[in-house]
Amino acid sequence: MKTDVSQFSLEGQVALVTGGSRGIGEATAIAFAKAGADVAVSSRKLPDLEKVAAEIRKIGRRALAVEAHIGRMDMLQPLVDRVVSEFGRIDILVNNAGTNFFMPAMEMTEKGWDSVLNLDLKGLFFLSQAVARQMIKQGTGGKIVNISSVSGFRVQVPTGHYSIAKAGVIMATKVMALEWSKYNIRANCIAPGAIETKLYDSIFSVLPPDQAKANKEAAAKRIPMGRAGEPKELADAVLFLASNASSYITGQAFAVDGGSLLV
Amino acid sequence: MKIDVSQFSVEGKVALVTGGSRGIGEASALALAKAGADVVVTSRKLPDLERVAGEVRKTGRKALAIEAHIGRIEVLQPLVDRIMKEFGRLDILVNNAGMGFAIPAIEMTEKAWDSVMNLDLKGLFFLSQAAARIMKEKGGGRIINIASVDAYKVEVPLGHYSIAKAGVVMATQVMALEWVKYNIRVNCIAPGAVETRLYDSHFDDLPPDQAKARKEMAARRIPVGHIGQPQEIANAVLYLASDASSYVTGQTVVADGGSLLL
Repeated sequence: MKTDVSQFSLEGQVALVTGGSRGIGEATAIAFAKAGADVAVSSRKLPDLEKVAAEIRKIGRRALAVEAHIGRMDMLQPLVDRVVSEFGRIDILVNNAGTNFFMPAMEMTEKGWDSVLNLDLKGLFFLSQAVARQMIKQGTGGKIVNISSVSGFRVQVPTGHYSIAKAGVIMATKVMALEWSKYNIRANCIAPGAIETKLYDSIFSVLPPDQAKANKEAAAKRIPMGRAGEPKELADAVLFLASNASSYITGQAFAVDGGSLLV
Repeated sequence: MKIDVSQFSVEGKVALVTGGSRGIGEASALALAKAGADVVVTSRKLPDLERVAGEVRKTGRKALAIEAHIGRIEVLQPLVDRIMKEFGRLDILVNNAGMGFAIPAIEMTEKAWDSVMNLDLKGLFFLSQAAARIMKEKGGGRIINIASVDAYKVEVPLGHYSIAKAGVVMATQVMALEWVKYNIRVNCIAPGAVETRLYDSHFDDLPPDQAKARKEMAARRIPVGHIGQPQEIANAVLYLASDASSYVTGQTVVADGGSLLL
């Protein structure tokens, strides 16, 4: 007998995934395509985006690669316009683009603050607004999935700007969910823990290679599941929140972290 | 081209759903069956359970109906033993059996307290322990607890229910942390208003017209504009039971149409 899990399908829908050239964004774009969506991917790295777009087309869905820096407010509307001009609509937005680096609070510079806050929080909010306006025009609702971090729940030292931005993302999710529910727009949030991505690696890259490796292994041992997560494990959570299976869920954030918040 | 969302399948698994005769339990049993699991349903109402088991078999999966009161600790081990005898395995436990009724805190009796605590929290914990002992031997498993938004926001006058449900959220974290080493993942769903007999029972003391009007008013206050359907909770259960949630443990997902945002 056939297994029926069609409530998780995205057939016929159009999604935009930011930070879509690698890591969680890439895995999400692929999972979405397998689930039946056409996918636009955006980031600052067009060659990497084109690779992901090609993977999507191999699956049999339509794809679009658009170069854009989500930390630049003047690029957001053109990005949305480009996706709409190509696909005619946007049903799902995954706000995954984000950046992070070490900077103790005592040494925080305005430049350091702005580079993280503009991308991880301000750009996330204003892109969501631009896409929501498009969804309102379309009249059939939509789904927004924000990628926060366990650092949004619990202070991570010394990445204060990141923790603050990610906590802001959790609250932004609730704001969007409450203010836009009347347009049948659902907004939810995932808080990843340690995930095997270039961003995660970059945190250790300030150390010499041996020490970086040892520190990564020690960090993994501290996680109850004993390992970092795979981007696909994040992508599946995003797919759940983007699909009709989560139709009664809005304004929520949950962690995909192998239990790290428990310790 | 074919849609592939196979990460949400539970093919070949055996699931136990408590409170499986109606509402969220029934919907969860059916969603798990459609996703490929054989399902055992339990509650205090055998005729209703047999009906649900019949629906599960129609999907092509095996089903078993067992009468048991999860609030009675002595029936929990026999329940699990019976499942092992019939199926030889237990992969998924959905702790959905629960009850609540209005009783102001100033009037709370020990009997009322015990009736809710024994089922909603104590029985949930000890059934999970019995299941975990099997899952530990078999190499892993999944436990999904059904709490409530009342775990986060006081529901007056359902003090015992709010307290029990807050306990369920913490029990989820306890079990998740202590049993992760056995490859057992434990998560929780906190439903808001869902169209079930339990929800309806809150309006029982009103005349039918007034109950209907009150229910409609309550629905309009929910950000998504309607109360939830059992199927919507069942879909979240399936996500947490499947490999799609392989890196998720100790979490509570609120499914309430946005009501906690208000």
